[in-house]
This record gives sequence, C-alpha cells and structure tokens, in this order.
Amino acid sequence: MVDYNQIESRLVALEKLPSLNSNSSIPKALEKAGFSRRDFMKWAGAMTAFLALPASFTPMVAKAAELADRLPVIWLHMAECTGCSESLLRSDTPTIDSLIFDYISLEYHETVMAAAGWQAEENLENAIEKYKGQYVLMVEGGIPCGDKEHYLTIGPHAKTGYELSKKASENAYAILAIGTCSSFGGIQAARPNPSNAQPLSKVTDKTVINVPGCPPSEKNIVGNVLQLLLFKELPALDVYNRPKWAYGLRIHDLCERRGHFDAGEFVQSFGDEGAKNGYCLYKVGCKGPYTFNNCSRERFNQHTSWPIQAGHGCIGCSEPNFWDNMGPFEEPLASHKFDTVFGLGADSVSDKIGIGVLTLTGVAIAAHAVIASMKKNEE
Amino acid sequence: MSQKIIVDPITRIEGHLRVEVVVDDDNIVKEAYAGSTLWRGIETIVKGRDPRDAGFMTQRICGVCTFSHYKAGIVAVENALGIIPPLNALLTRTLMNAALFLHDHIVHFYQLHGLDWADVVSALSADPKKASDEAFKYTSNPYATGADKLLEVQQRLKIFVDKGNLGPFANAYYGHPTYRLTPEENLIVLSHYLECLRIQRIIAQCMAIFGAKNPHPQSLTVGGVTCVMDLLNPSRMGEYMSKFQEVQDFVNHAYYPDLVMAGKAYANEASVLNDIGVNNLFTFQEFQLGKNEWLFESGIIKNGDLSKVYEVDENKITEEATHSWYVDNEPLHPYDGKTNPNYTGLIDGDSIDHHGNKVNSKVFDTKGKYSWIKAPRYEGNPMQVGPLANIVVNYAKGNKNVVGVVDEFLKETGLPLDAVFSTLGRTAMRCLEAKIVANNALRAFDNLVENLKVDQTTCAPYTPDTSKMVNGEYRGRYMGHVPRGTLSHWCRIKNGVIENWQAVVPSTWNASPKDANGIGGSYEQCLIGLKIADVKQPLEIIRKIHSYDPCIACAVHVMDTKGNNLSEYKVNINL
Repeated sequence: MVDYNQIESRLVALEKLPSLNSNSSIPKALEKAGFSRRDFMKWAGAMTAFLALPASFTPMVAKAAELADRLPVIWLHMAECTGCSESLLRSDTPTIDSLIFDYISLEYHETVMAAAGWQAEENLENAIEKYKGQYVLMVEGGIPCGDKEHYLTIGPHAKTGYELSKKASENAYAILAIGTCSSFGGIQAARPNPSNAQPLSKVTDKTVINVPGCPPSEKNIVGNVLQLLLFKELPALDVYNRPKWAYGLRIHDLCERRGHFDAGEFVQSFGDEGAKNGYCLYKVGCKGPYTFNNCSRERFNQHTSWPIQAGHGCIGCSEPNFWDNMGPFEEPLASHKFDTVFGLGADSVSDKIGIGVLTLTGVAIAAHAVIASMKKNEE
Repeated sequence: MSQKIIVDPITRIEGHLRVEVVVDDDNIVKEAYAGSTLWRGIETIVKGRDPRDAGFMTQRICGVCTFSHYKAGIVAVENALGIIPPLNALLTRTLMNAALFLHDHIVHFYQLHGLDWADVVSALSADPKKASDEAFKYTSNPYATGADKLLEVQQRLKIFVDKGNLGPFANAYYGHPTYRLTPEENLIVLSHYLECLRIQRIIAQCMAIFGAKNPHPQSLTVGGVTCVMDLLNPSRMGEYMSKFQEVQDFVNHAYYPDLVMAGKAYANEASVLNDIGVNNLFTFQEFQLGKNEWLFESGIIKNGDLSKVYEVDENKITEEATHSWYVDNEPLHPYDGKTNPNYTGLIDGDSIDHHGNKVNSKVFDTKGKYSWIKAPRYEGNPMQVGPLANIVVNYAKGNKNVVGVVDEFLKETGLPLDAVFSTLGRTAMRCLEAKIVANNALRAFDNLVENLKVDQTTCAPYTPDTSKMVNGEYRGRYMGHVPRGTLSHWCRIKNGVIENWQAVVPSTWNASPKDANGIGGSYEQCLIGLKIADVKQPLEIIRKIHSYDPCIACAVHVMDTKGNNLSEYKVNINL
C-alpha cells in the first residue's frame, strides 16, 4: 500500500542531497522550452495515473521530477541489440521527456555519449567514484559469463562485460535490468545459449529490479526511474522481481479483443474475415493469457499501437525464457503437437510434450488459474 | 618511432567495436585494424526452430535497424518455401521500411555522427541573428532557425554548460583543430539536433502504425502482414501520410540544407576527403513502389570504375575467417557457412592514452585472429556497401530517381563527383538516400490505396511449394538494401525446422578484418594514410568510422556450434 508519509519524508531527504545542477530545475527548463507550469502539472498528473497512484499524489510526482537531477545514471551495454536504448529515445511527451533524459544526468551511455575510447572509459570510472552509492545503474543486454566471459570485452584494457557490470553493481544506489536480456538472459541465452549469457541478477548479490520486454516500452523505463525517486525503498516486485505497477496484470486482462475471446470468436488465419473484424488472436498463437505486462493499457510509441492492435498475437516477450517456452509464436501453446504444413509435425523434432487433447479455450482458462495460483503461492 | 592508438569503445554506434591504428612520427596512419569484441550467436539459436519464428529471432540481431532483419528473416523463409505475399503486404512493408530508413538516417546524422562535424560548445559564441540569416543560404524555407528560436536553443545550451556537468556530452573532443563549422553554423546544427529528437519519435510512430511498435515491430508473418485492420481504416492511413509528410519536411528543410552547409565547410578538410576505402561498390534492389516498380536497382562497380555496372551473381559471395575468432578459415558460400567459435583473445601490448602517455593495454593479435566479424568477399574481393555504394551504383546506372538529386547536390556544394568517394561523401550520400526515400515512398502509399480498392488480401497461406524441395530440403534467401547497405539472409529448411541460417550483413562487409590475402575491409582501408592532428583526441578516426553508421551487433554472427543436439529442446508448457 502506498504510504503518503513515506513519500513525503523521501522528498525531504532528497532535497537535502547535494544538487548536481543548482542553476536548473525541470520547471525552469520547461519555461525556457515554452512550457507552462500548467503543462508540467498535467504531465505529472499523467505520470501519477501511470504509476497507479491516487490523484492526490500528483504534487508529489511533480516534486520528485523537480528533484530528479540529483540522480546520476550509468547505463551499460552488454550482449544486446540496443533496442532498449532506442525505446528510451522514443520517450513520449516531446521535450518534456527528452528533458528528463538530460535531466537524470546520464553519466555513461555508449549509444549517445560524445566521448569515445580512453575518454569514455575515464567517464565511467569517474562516475562510479564520484557518485558512489548514489547512482542508478541501468544495464541493457545479457552478460556472457563463466568460461565464455571474454565473449564481451570493452575498453582499451579489455575488461569483460561481467567485470564491468559487477563493479558498477557494487556501488550502485539501485540496479535496473532494462529489457528481457539483462532481466532473464534474452535471445542470446535461448537454447543452446552458445555464449553462456546470463541475467544481471546472476552477476551481483544485490537486488536487481527487472524491467523486461523486448524492448520494454519507453514508459516502463522512465516510470521506473521515477518510482525510485518517490520511494526510498524498492517498488513492490513480483516473483520475477518485476515492479507490480507495470507487470501486475496479464496482457489478456485488458486486451481490446477480450470480448471476442469470451464470445469464442477467433482469427483462424492471418488476413481472414475474423482478422478484418478484430477477432481474438489466440488460435494464431497469442500468448497474452500467459504474459504479464501493461502493453494492453499503455501501448507503444505514444499510444500509437501494440502488437494485438496490429493483428499479431503477443509473443510473451516479458516472460523468462519466452524464446524457448512460448514458440512457435504463431501456434497456440495448447496445440504444440501441431500439424504443420510439412505434414509431419515440426515439433516431433522440437517438442516432445503434447497436450493437444485439451480444447483451446479450456487451456487458456486453465493457464489463467495456474498462473494466478502460482503467483499467490510464491508471494 | 611508430605508436599505437586504440579507440575502444567506439561510441555512438550500435554494438561493440574497437579500432587500432599504428601511426608514424608524422602521425600518419600506416596500419589499421577493426574488430568487434562481442559474440552472441543468434544464427546458432535459430536452428531447429519453426521457420515462422526465425524472423522474430533474427529481428533481435539489431534494435536500431529494427525492421531490416525482421523482414529479411521472413522473406528468406518465403523465398525458400515458394510463398508469394500479396501486393498489399509488399507495399505495406515498403512503407514500414521507408520509416526505418528515415529514422536511421536522421538519427545517425544528428545524434550519432553530428558531434564529429559540429562543435556544439562553439555554438555558445554564435550570434543568433546572423545564424538565422546564414540558414537562408541553404534553403528558402529553413527549419527551426528563426533568431528567437536559436537564441532559446543557445540559452538552453548555456544552462547545460554552466552547470558544469555535461553528462553524456562530457569529455568529448571539443575545440579539435579539424572542426570546420562557424559558431553560427554549429548553432543551426544544434537546433536541428534537438528538433531531431522530436522528429525521430514521429517517424517511429509511422512504423508503429502498421507495425504495432518500434523498436521491434510485430506485424510481419511468413506470407504477408497482419495489420489488415489498420490498412482498411482510412484515418489510420491518413495518420501515416501526414506524419510521414512532417518528417519529409524535416529532411528537405533541415537535414539536406545542413548537409550542403557541411559539404561546403569541409570541402577543404583533408581528413574527410579522398579516402574511398574499398572501391568495389555493391548494392541490391530495394523499395518496391508498385507492382513492378522499384526505387533503387542492384549492381556492382569494380575498382571505382563508374563506366560499367555489373549484375550481381549471388553464387560469388563467400565468407572466410582467417583473422576472425572462428575455427574454419576457408571461404564458404553462405548456404554452407560454418562458424565454430575459437576465441584466442587480445594480447598484452602498449598504446598512447588520452594524456599522451605510453601505457600498458590489451591489443589485437594482428598476426592471428582479432575480430568476431567474418570476412565476406565477392569474387574473392572485399566490397563497400551502404548509401554511398547504393547512390553511386544507381547514379552510374542512370536511375532516374537518383541522377537529378546527385547532380543538384554537386552543383550546390561545388564538389566534383570524385569527392563523393570519401568520408564526406558517405555522409552526404546517406542524406541523399534519405531525401530520395522521403520524396518517393508515398508513391507506394498511393499504389497501396489504389490496390486496396480492388483487393483486400494481406496474407498468403502458409503452404510450401513442394516443387521447391530438393533432397528433402528447401533453400531460400533475402537479399536487399537496408540503411547500412546490402543485407542478405540465407536459410535451409529441413523436416519442418530451420536446418541452417546465415546472415551476411552490411557492417560485416565494411568492418571486415583482413582475409587470407591480407586485404582488409573498408573501415581498415579508409584509415590508411590519415593524418591525426592530436593523438590524444583521435576525432578523425571516429569521424571516418561513424561515416559508415556502424551496426556491430548485426555484423557479429555465427553458426553451427557442432555437437549441440538441437532436437532435445523441449517446450515447457507450465512456464
């Protein structure tokens, strides 16, 4: 339960921290950029709703954003595709979030930083030293580990990704694993995991907040930074260390096609009449019933769309090991013993578990029950 | 006495890249080596999977060119199985691709490459009024460069600099002697740098309209596209068109004029001229605009000779690994590619650091293996790919979509055609490519609208053409042009699952290490002979490397780790 007093005392404590930026604040910078106080409060209100807090918290969210410049951020790139950084760059509400982007004092981020080579290495070392115990560490990508640790080296001293992320973790105020790769290992950790890639939580003993998704939406990235500012303690997490405010519901729970699921109206093949009418995508492989994320509420790219709106099922990208557990992505989990167009059953090779006897809807409902009870038991 | 300079990490790129050069007493580069220091192994991971999953997995090769490998993975399977998507699907893919090209190119120019050309701190001393007048020299309708606007941008920069903590802009090569823009010109670029942060969100929305999200769209499927509701919704179509036009305006009135401005300013800067790198140019047909109409054509130019353009012969492509961290060295066609990792590591050595001191470092074993990137070759020769290759080949072929735009650029900058073969040229041709895409892609939109009136099919059934099967196996490939150059994916499908997969990607061609003959790729070749003004700030090196828009996660690919029994993979239904 949200504790109003806790936030208030957290804000008081933050105000006492030495400012990195004494001449500037978000409201001042907004003014320069032509935004009014009212615009700012509107944005804070939206963020409040987004974090699932009561409206009375809006002034506090605003206050937290004003204090956000006191939060240095170090962002490391491990074994990854840079999609999470790209997602961060899509951060919405123009100018305001790019301000937040400047504003968190991004000390190290290879995709955007101006320095290279020795100068870049120096920036990282300086930041870890100068902001010891104060910075937020955000890590993108799986981490090659064990005897494959050297499959990633960075810098003129060729430090391994494992060494760098371990060291940066030791001195961090909080640690966020951004994306499915750093949260759960991701694509490179999928069978047979040739580089022995591991999640960040295997590298450090400290608590890692997982922000999975391939990539996570820009809102889930920015929202988590704000969450850290509001609460001195870590946000409430689920069994996979995902913040509940973002990952508390299944995709299926708020899906715009849910009515068709309940009515038994399914797309049978892509492009058919059901597809034109927006029927449920379960039979063409949607993993929405098994996937915890807020896509169906928040969507992507400033609410432009999300996979189910574009007629493709969810692939389950915020779940651990989804690459191995959820495929084939265009077949329902229920019919893993599927008849393929090749006539022999592709999963006679790839999958020895057959549960084709269950009816489609029955499985989806059963999966709901299993997931729900599992969550309860593990909490 | 020669000394070594290491740049690692090369920042403002995708992925992990290291460059080492050896300079002589005059600081002239005598030897150059480029290598990637990360291996992920996605092609290995794809094996044994359902062919329809391959596109989703290859997509994760890169989140920057976030549509290219998705489309390539889907098309390679379609090609193998003989599945032909309907025209509506092909044109929708073109529209998504156009959004990707514009996104990649504008973000590359301003956010990734811009700081190599523009010294933003210098903009603090600019006169905003003069800068506003300056902008009119390059376009009659300048973008976000009114005096008031520029004053506001300058004040915003001042606040940032005054606070003494430059964050991501700290420790750069400000004040470097090879910067050529005036304070006023720098201020114009800075204003567009900030505008571009907004514009890139809009063009990403264009992709998301048909693609669900960006990065990593999710609406392609083997046989077509899934976004049928969006295509049949006129307001959705209008949304794409109007957002696209807003970005088109930015390309024509900010990006292109800035490029002409930079072209003129750098026309006398030796470190960005006359460095063609590899002078064999390779490009492939892309952007289907109508039933039988394409924006760019395929072709090959050998040894910089523009008088003859050769047709592409796919059988002449091979990859080898003499200096790459893999076991098998011999050149193999991608259908038969082998890639068993064999990491031999970096070795102890020394180099010059950012204080000018000689210090212990880890260095490439240049006699042995030194990169995760393999060496693709065409007829045994390295090739340069990318916007430069694409525009020059199409210019030489007389492609009417291209010729006029190139001629106009040369006229406006006063540069000779030869000047295109350079770092400046690579950066300029990327802009021209963006301009050509921006001003032509809506032809695909118009044709899509026309076609939807008579045909609403968006997806062909997933039914293999069994006549394509040979010895129980299907073979297929995607080949095309993506923002960084020529991309190909090659697959074999057997027993209903992926038997083998190889991606030969643009950055692999350009960033290739040396081959068995000691010949390096274009990154390495273009650095030879470069004079470094200040070994403590090797700006010239990163400017040259950035001109290729490196995408290294793409380049680091792999294969067949022997001995993995892929058939044992199980699906865990219980999560």
